[in-house]
Amino acid sequence: MSARRAAILGTGQTHHRTKRTDVSMPGLIREAIDRAMADAHVEWRDIDAVVIGKAPDLFEGVMMPELFLADALGAVGKPLLRVHTAGSVGGSTSIVAATQVMAGVHRRVLAVAFEKQSESNAMWGLSIAPPFSMPVGAGAGGYFAPHVRAYIQRSGAPEHIGAMVAVKDRRNGALNPYAHLRQPDITLESVQASQMLWDPIRYDETCPSSDGACAMVIGDEEAAAAVDGTVAWIHATAMRTEPTTFAGRDQVNPQAGKDAAAALWRAAGIDDPLREVDAAEIYVPFSWFEPMWLENLGFARDTPGWKLTEAGATERSGELPVNPSGGVLCSNPIGASGMLRFAEAAKQVMGRAGDYQIDGARKALGHAYGGGSQYFAMWLVGADKPE
Amino acid sequence: MRNAAVVGFAQSPSVRSTQGTTNGVEMLVPVLSEIFAQTGLTKADIDFWCSGSSDYLAGRAFSFIAAVDAIGAFPPINESHVECDAAWAVYEAWIKILTGEADTALVYGFGKSSAGELRRVLSLQLDPYTVAPLWPDSISLAAMQARLGLESGRWTEDDMAAVAARSLADATSNPHAQRSGALTDNAPLIADPLHSYDVAPISDGAAALILTTEERARDLIERPAIISGIDHRIDSAVLGARDLTDSPSTRTAAAAAGARDIEIAELHAPFSHQELILREALELSDAVRINPSGGPLAGNPMFAGGLIRIGEAAKRVHSGDASRVLAHATSGPLLQQNLVAVMEAQS
Repeated sequence: MSARRAAILGTGQTHHRTKRTDVSMPGLIREAIDRAMADAHVEWRDIDAVVIGKAPDLFEGVMMPELFLADALGAVGKPLLRVHTAGSVGGSTSIVAATQVMAGVHRRVLAVAFEKQSESNAMWGLSIAPPFSMPVGAGAGGYFAPHVRAYIQRSGAPEHIGAMVAVKDRRNGALNPYAHLRQPDITLESVQASQMLWDPIRYDETCPSSDGACAMVIGDEEAAAAVDGTVAWIHATAMRTEPTTFAGRDQVNPQAGKDAAAALWRAAGIDDPLREVDAAEIYVPFSWFEPMWLENLGFARDTPGWKLTEAGATERSGELPVNPSGGVLCSNPIGASGMLRFAEAAKQVMGRAGDYQIDGARKALGHAYGGGSQYFAMWLVGADKPE
Repeated sequence: MRNAAVVGFAQSPSVRSTQGTTNGVEMLVPVLSEIFAQTGLTKADIDFWCSGSSDYLAGRAFSFIAAVDAIGAFPPINESHVECDAAWAVYEAWIKILTGEADTALVYGFGKSSAGELRRVLSLQLDPYTVAPLWPDSISLAAMQARLGLESGRWTEDDMAAVAARSLADATSNPHAQRSGALTDNAPLIADPLHSYDVAPISDGAAALILTTEERARDLIERPAIISGIDHRIDSAVLGARDLTDSPSTRTAAAAAGARDIEIAELHAPFSHQELILREALELSDAVRINPSGGPLAGNPMFAGGLIRIGEAAKRVHSGDASRVLAHATSGPLLQQNLVAVMEAQS
């Protein structure tokens, strides 16, 4: 591969809330961009191109909002590319931005992702029933609950695993000043006492609906050398897609996710991800997806994923800390959620994760998925320059 | 840096309305079959896929997900999507080939404008807080732009009609064109000063294009269209803050793409006067043959129209009609965002 090296020079994100009525869409994205630019110590003149991602336009009711956001993005006169790959879009956007640097086309690219869900109604946006398409009509939870049930049946997981993940992520989120839900006092009992929404998924095991944005500045080797401070080197990226439905599709452990992970580990020279990766930001919008994705990503090779969760391996003090930032279970601005995972992985290896820093994190995974679990995007970042 | 080249292109007919669904599958399946037959490649040869489309045109969230069914994407594929004309998907694929991660990429775009009321749908591209609530529709905005040019002396109604006449005459030899022939004397005024012939028809359609490395391209086709430069830029969204009779983003993109010594140019101007703006911004001389396919005034499937310009221009290199061509694509209201690609027979 002839690709050049690329690194994350700085990251920024907004405070996430159910409704950010204090800012417009331009105000929201600028909150994240300004923090990322300050973190990367760059000015507007240093930015060569902008890549923006968000999930469906119907969520805000604006067709191709990047057009009206061009001024707020500082993109006037520059290249501006809009990516849209469903819930994985924040991850895909990061990868597309990184690729522009790796191709040698740009020196510094600003990557931005956002969702201002309060401008519209996500349930409505996802419940349109076009002809000849399978209607969902129950939101994402209704769609994914059967996958979770199938996972439990297949793996023999005890029913408290989902609640354990919720407790862990919400307590982690309490250490993250930007998190939407911060619940230091949450307990296994309180999660298990919360309302059942889509059996077996309880209210406290679901992600919130958030307004929020995330931004990153990605640069080439020269740009990274000019930064006064640490950077996060991109060791590998991977994206894979498969159709939503067809006979024989494994929706619990999708092939596209397995293929993407295999390609990622191969490109990054990782033989044993559980041993070699120090922290993982995994897209877990419903708590049960932690053990499911541990299997899909290849972290749990010899045991079911739930055994890693049950043994505490995914706690901040565990063998593989998963979602030390609190993850999607604490903040879910859908279009930005994937980029938040990618940026949080970068923060860990840059040593800039504050109260939720994993000591000695040198390699971290950022992961996102979307659609009906058939769009996957992931990257591995490291404190050290890749070979 | 290695080069990428266009080695194949296929498109559906542009039609006022298809019977197919908004996800484009029915339009895309024959187009994909054609491009594989044309190049001798198969699905397994494609390292990277990228598409362009719009959820708003389809009237649903995630319209591109169902479009993947047209590929038969199992085993899984390495794939991405731009919520924009697929010309920008070409840009993303071009980047992917430059990195060395992919040697062959397939780009497709589709749009079923007939699913809604296009001029109203496009109003939703405007600033949602201050402009879109007034519902200025796309054709009325273009009429204001045309009027600014007329009153400032930049062009005349005859100049505009000449663009339309040339386009529709050229379209008679294009089997994919939606309309062609001679201008009629009594063409209705749609939005003063725009007559029906000044406005691209509302089209449903789809297109696909294959890019490979220059090396691979030479094994597949005698005269690959090597991309010698491609760039895209955006102008301000504030309509009152820019000169609507000019296109600075096109000018910047053309300079970055190295747009000089062009023989044939395919320009994505959905309104006749916009071709005049583009010709000036691109500094095209009268010797440059513009839109021999008939251009967007003969058929303009949303989200594939820019991709079709790239494909039509590339075909002129493939056929030997030209050695150096330019393709332009636009997105957003009143030429807000513009892409310029320069392709040539030899690098």
